[in-house]
Amino acid sequence: MLTKKISAFLYCLSLLSLPLVHAKAEDPLNVFACEPEWAALATQLGGDRLSIYSATSAKQDPHHIQARPSLIAKARQAELLICTGAELEIGWLPILLRKAGNGNIMPGQPGHFSAADHVQLLEQATRLDRSMGDVHAAGNPHFHLDPYRIKQIALGLSKTLREIDPVYQTHYQHQLTLFIQRFDSSIAKWEALAKPLQGKKIVVHHDTWVYLEQWLNFDKVATLEAKSGIPPSSTHLSQVLEKMRATQADFIIHTDYQNDRAARWLSEKTNIPVISLSSSVANGEDIFQWFDGLINALLETTP
Amino acid sequence: MVRYALFAATSVAFILNTNPVIASSEIDLLKQQITAMKQDYEQRILALETGLQNAQKAAALAPQARLTNKPALRQNTFNPAISFVLDGRYASSSNSPDDYQLPGFSLNDEAGLDQAGFSVGEAELVISSNVDDRFYAEATLAFNNDEMSVEEIFVQTLNLSDGLTLKAGRFFSDIGYLNAQHAHVWDFADAPLIYRGLFGNQLSNDGLQATYIVPSDIFFQLGLELANGDSFPAAGNREGVGSWSAFINIGDDIGIEHSWQLGLNHWQAGHINQRGSEGLADSYAFSGKSRINGIDWVYKWAPNGNPKNRYFKLQFEYFERQEEGEINLLTNSADFDGKQLGWYAQAVYKFLPTWRSALRFDHLDSDNDGSNLPLLADAGLLTYGHTPQRLSAMLEWIPSEFSRIRLQLNHDKSYSDTDNQLFLQYTFAIGSHTGHSY
Repeated sequence: MLTKKISAFLYCLSLLSLPLVHAKAEDPLNVFACEPEWAALATQLGGDRLSIYSATSAKQDPHHIQARPSLIAKARQAELLICTGAELEIGWLPILLRKAGNGNIMPGQPGHFSAADHVQLLEQATRLDRSMGDVHAAGNPHFHLDPYRIKQIALGLSKTLREIDPVYQTHYQHQLTLFIQRFDSSIAKWEALAKPLQGKKIVVHHDTWVYLEQWLNFDKVATLEAKSGIPPSSTHLSQVLEKMRATQADFIIHTDYQNDRAARWLSEKTNIPVISLSSSVANGEDIFQWFDGLINALLETTP
Repeated sequence: MVRYALFAATSVAFILNTNPVIASSEIDLLKQQITAMKQDYEQRILALETGLQNAQKAAALAPQARLTNKPALRQNTFNPAISFVLDGRYASSSNSPDDYQLPGFSLNDEAGLDQAGFSVGEAELVISSNVDDRFYAEATLAFNNDEMSVEEIFVQTLNLSDGLTLKAGRFFSDIGYLNAQHAHVWDFADAPLIYRGLFGNQLSNDGLQATYIVPSDIFFQLGLELANGDSFPAAGNREGVGSWSAFINIGDDIGIEHSWQLGLNHWQAGHINQRGSEGLADSYAFSGKSRINGIDWVYKWAPNGNPKNRYFKLQFEYFERQEEGEINLLTNSADFDGKQLGWYAQAVYKFLPTWRSALRFDHLDSDNDGSNLPLLADAGLLTYGHTPQRLSAMLEWIPSEFSRIRLQLNHDKSYSDTDNQLFLQYTFAIGSHTGHSY
């Protein structure tokens, strides 16, 4: 009786698994991107050949995602996974991968692309202790805000695409050349536009912007979160306020997914303008438009 | 150093400058010179900083071989991830915890109330790691007062086949929504009444589990578990498959702010042998067959799909059980034909990044019959029209992902004497980062 039921169940399983047998060469390659910047980069490098799903949007904090049912379903079908790495997704990616049971995208497989493996990270922690907040041992993982690092990652990602989808090698090579040409001239344009921003003193909510600070030569004078990932405390905020009274900053940077109360409070007390920057590529935008938007938003607020 | 240099430089400047006509006074002149030197220094420092930053930029563009992100290789590089969870509490209730009953339901000895006063509750040590490229292993050891028990210890496949995962060992069953979660992850300090009544708080299996994720755009999971049938609510089987369970879960997002999951599940054991429970005066044993069917539903909302600052969760689970067999109490026995059911519904609201609140309502009912009603009454299996209910409310402060302090109040009508309970629960996790399940 029981064995009959089990064998019936297994039979149902085998029926259900029939349609998945294997993707044909003309079907697009299924890509699961952990963050929208990697979805946008993959779009540049793969074009129509890729069917891309972004697990998060620019309005979501990529540290604090849950392994939702929809994400498991998408990871289950992915042939390539592109994530930041450097423990940014440590809270949800390992669980997601274990639940999805998809051998293609497990760590160590060619279909598991971790962007952090291709760039040098800033702020590598010399002391690991949770009293310091949510520290990332490998370094600050928000490196997609540096176009030079994006370029390095593009080289690595294009190589991975050619490896796992060799039939379309020349297509990926062509896309990469086009992208690098256009991106290089864009970088030159952005740097020229951002000249007046050099040396500006900024206050940030969370250390999301270290790579942007380095690229555009900002001077970060304060962080609203005393400890990374821990909401700002009132004592720390009053210290920042004291500091601002001594040396006025040029602007306060904050992003959509962070609670803006601390930034608004400081702005009201000091008249320093708040800029809400999109920490990643928004829906319907491409990676060029996103960088354009960042530079424009910063220039608009600069007197 | 710089100060001495400045002093020396200004003195030299002062001595060399013998024409006092240029400035209105010598002091003004000195001031001007100092300012000029200061500016000079600042420019030089700025130039240095820019140079340094340019060098860093160049380093960022250096070839791969220069990357230093890789951790240093040490003897303990391959140590498994270890995390330790302390779940301490203070409990207080208007009735004595020893008087607790749940009429109509067979309780095992873990399903009572917490002892009053301070206790360290249950501390958990979780050790996990990939074994190799094919297997992942995890062990959870629970420390309850002075006893240690193996809560979970299992090995699971990583890449067996598309969407198919096998697990073997001791593990919490995946039937229902809460069951597979560790108790310290729950939104309340205690289990829902129906979990207490049917599973002795949580259903654990020694056996095998197979889950399969159907390739589809919505989440569709099928699962089957085979267990030895020796743990509550089964008992007395060690050889072969003594109990089995099956479940289906589906789930998806609606837009970017809403998500849901719906589950259906079934558990059964054909030959339960002498399952012990506490009766009103004496303990008794049940032998026979038992079947459980359940449904669970979870809905979550977060503004922009970003649960870090604010979210709302609604959760509902219903289970019913049918049992047929024999009850033995002391030297007497009776045929038993029981039906028990129950549900709970709860809502959780995270209203600030570090604060959450929740409400829960429990309801149980049963319809038990047998050949010897006085014996069933002694066993606590007759309700005389009482339907157990409980209302719970909690408020918690979560300073970080790793710490939580919770206050919970229960208005508990499990049995005829209404009990009011208070829990102060403090939960701390140290060690490796634990995951955010749905």
